[in-house]
Amino acid sequence: MSINRRDFLKGALAGVTLLAAAAPAEARPNNTMPAEAVGLLYDSTLCIGCKACVSACKDANNMPAEFSMDEHYWDSPLDISGKTLNIIKIYKEGTGENKDQEKDGFAFMKVSCLHCVDPSCVSVCPVSAMTKNPVNGIVGYDKEICIGCRYCVVACPFGVPRFQYDTPFPQISKCQLCRHRLAEGKYAACATVCPTGATLFGKVEDLHGEAKRRVALKAGEMSEFPRGNINTHDQSSHTAKAAAYLPKIYGEKEVGGTQMLKLAAVPFDKLGMPTLAEQSNASISETMQHTMYGGLIAPLAFLGALTYAAKRNVKEDEHEE
Amino acid sequence: MANAHHPAAPLGGSLVTPTTLLLAALVLVAAGILAVRFLFGLGAVTNISDGYTWGIWVVYDVVIGSAFACGGYTIALLVYILNKGEYHPMVRPALLASLFGYTLAGIGVIFDLGRYWNAWHIFWPGYAQINSVMFEVAVCISAYIIVMWIEFSPAFLEKFGKKELKKKLSKLLFVFIALGILLPSMHQSSLGSMLVVFGNQIHPLWQTILLPLLYLMTAVLIGFAIVIFEACLSSAGFKRPLEMHLLSKLSKLMIWVLAAYLAVRIGDLLVRGALVRMFEGSIEALMFWIEMGLFIAPLVILASSSARLNPSKLFIAASSLMLAGFLLRINSYLVGYEPPIGWHYFPSVPEILVSVGMIAFEVLGYIVLVRYLPILPGNVETTVAQIRK
Repeated sequence: MSINRRDFLKGALAGVTLLAAAAPAEARPNNTMPAEAVGLLYDSTLCIGCKACVSACKDANNMPAEFSMDEHYWDSPLDISGKTLNIIKIYKEGTGENKDQEKDGFAFMKVSCLHCVDPSCVSVCPVSAMTKNPVNGIVGYDKEICIGCRYCVVACPFGVPRFQYDTPFPQISKCQLCRHRLAEGKYAACATVCPTGATLFGKVEDLHGEAKRRVALKAGEMSEFPRGNINTHDQSSHTAKAAAYLPKIYGEKEVGGTQMLKLAAVPFDKLGMPTLAEQSNASISETMQHTMYGGLIAPLAFLGALTYAAKRNVKEDEHEE
Repeated sequence: MANAHHPAAPLGGSLVTPTTLLLAALVLVAAGILAVRFLFGLGAVTNISDGYTWGIWVVYDVVIGSAFACGGYTIALLVYILNKGEYHPMVRPALLASLFGYTLAGIGVIFDLGRYWNAWHIFWPGYAQINSVMFEVAVCISAYIIVMWIEFSPAFLEKFGKKELKKKLSKLLFVFIALGILLPSMHQSSLGSMLVVFGNQIHPLWQTILLPLLYLMTAVLIGFAIVIFEACLSSAGFKRPLEMHLLSKLSKLMIWVLAAYLAVRIGDLLVRGALVRMFEGSIEALMFWIEMGLFIAPLVILASSSARLNPSKLFIAASSLMLAGFLLRINSYLVGYEPPIGWHYFPSVPEILVSVGMIAFEVLGYIVLVRYLPILPGNVETTVAQIRK
């Protein structure tokens, strides 16, 4: 028995050595933005809260109306849900008189998928139902693959993917940047109908340039604001006074960056956007997982040691019986 | 030698008792509720929402249910890997409870999956997504259930007199025993890893890169506790004497592992500077105190060797440790989870009744099988004599 134990320890030691060898597996950095990434720029200060984007989104995606009032006259969602992919929320403080002011003011915020550069939903999905397009970076969903485990719902730091709880055949709902319209030569419905250019579609690179330009504007300065698609200039731009932008482009760095960028004059946490670190949660989780299971080296080494010990000890057990 | 134990034998006795009838009734209630769930959707019977989309059907039925089924894992680790043959009589009863616990956890997953008809995708090349911690959990739990049925098959083969097959299988059994240690080590730790990706949505008292280690150590601890707990219950229920000499030695090992766990847990909180959060006036801090209290209690209760020979103290300590492991999981998955929007969750009555029905099914199955198959050690008189020695 003492020999057994010594041999077991030897086996265990070999296993631990292999574990240690596997440990310095490359830490996975944040994923990077695809070169042709497309997205949206939402400018809270340009938004007038008309909700044309909410209505257009429902039409473009064949989503049913949702009612938050007793009378079922028109679509009135209070939040994104299994039936609503995009809504405009309102912030109001004090008297709520002045637009884009934190005190005694109000402001709008668009709530929809931000299309993370390194999305948690894609990282956690056990069946590849949630995917990131390697070319345009759109985070898409395929209900035919989905098992309905809702790991994406829990994992998203923005609380975006939603689930349908009131049907025996549910699916996940989330904005897919109208990828079905892109194939038809169109672009995201919300940006198409936005009358003020508050929601602007285009290549993330160009949207980022536009965001930087706006942040640099002096409050009250007259400026041109493109509408629709920033790359094709399919709609005329409009002229307006620049708001007192916060020097912050939301989505530039959050969890490794997002393809939807946001500008505002009221602090983002007040508008319901979470404060997040630059390192993506997906990269932390995957680094941990690959350190333990990379190439299956550690589990196999452990299994080897276990098999060796078990063989010894089971034999002895039989002898005695 | 300690391995010279008495072969396991069926208990016999009646299967229809007030206890088994009550258990069967609870199972039927759960089945009725599940019928509603499959006809009208998850929202029809549960309180889950987009803020707390994982309720007790995930956190209790699967995460905790599988941890409570770790008795077979801990005992196999002791007997076959650390070569502590004296615990051999505990292998079969522990393995049976594990087999049930895990099989039901596996079935419980289906109740909670929104699109359960696609469940096979998780194992299908092309669909399987290896970066997902859940992929690893699903594969390892499924494989472990199969491995346990194989490990357990000698009991069936004995019953049906298949001596040749049993002999052949016993030659290969060591492979399955090794897998039976590897697989739970992997998925029990991964049940903790699943939370790492939630980032700051998990309270700092629980969010740590060491979650896999904490979950693994507590799975082993719950394994110890559940074996003691079940031994006490089945001794009272079936009116058999307790194997005190084994339980007392087992509890000593248990408190050493527990001390190691507490060192890791508190050390991690200190290093991350999160320990001070236990003094904030929040429900999270309160639940942390209760969790830690339940972990520390067995260490105090079983500190002396005389206490470890006292069946009621053993039972209380084991129960406390099981509750502690239960709370670690509830706290890290639900209490410490803060969704980005202001949601609340407490399970609905039907939701709880389904979990209760699963436990009832487990207990019922255990009673039926120990009466019918050779699982518990036979020749009780000798065991009593050993205690008196």
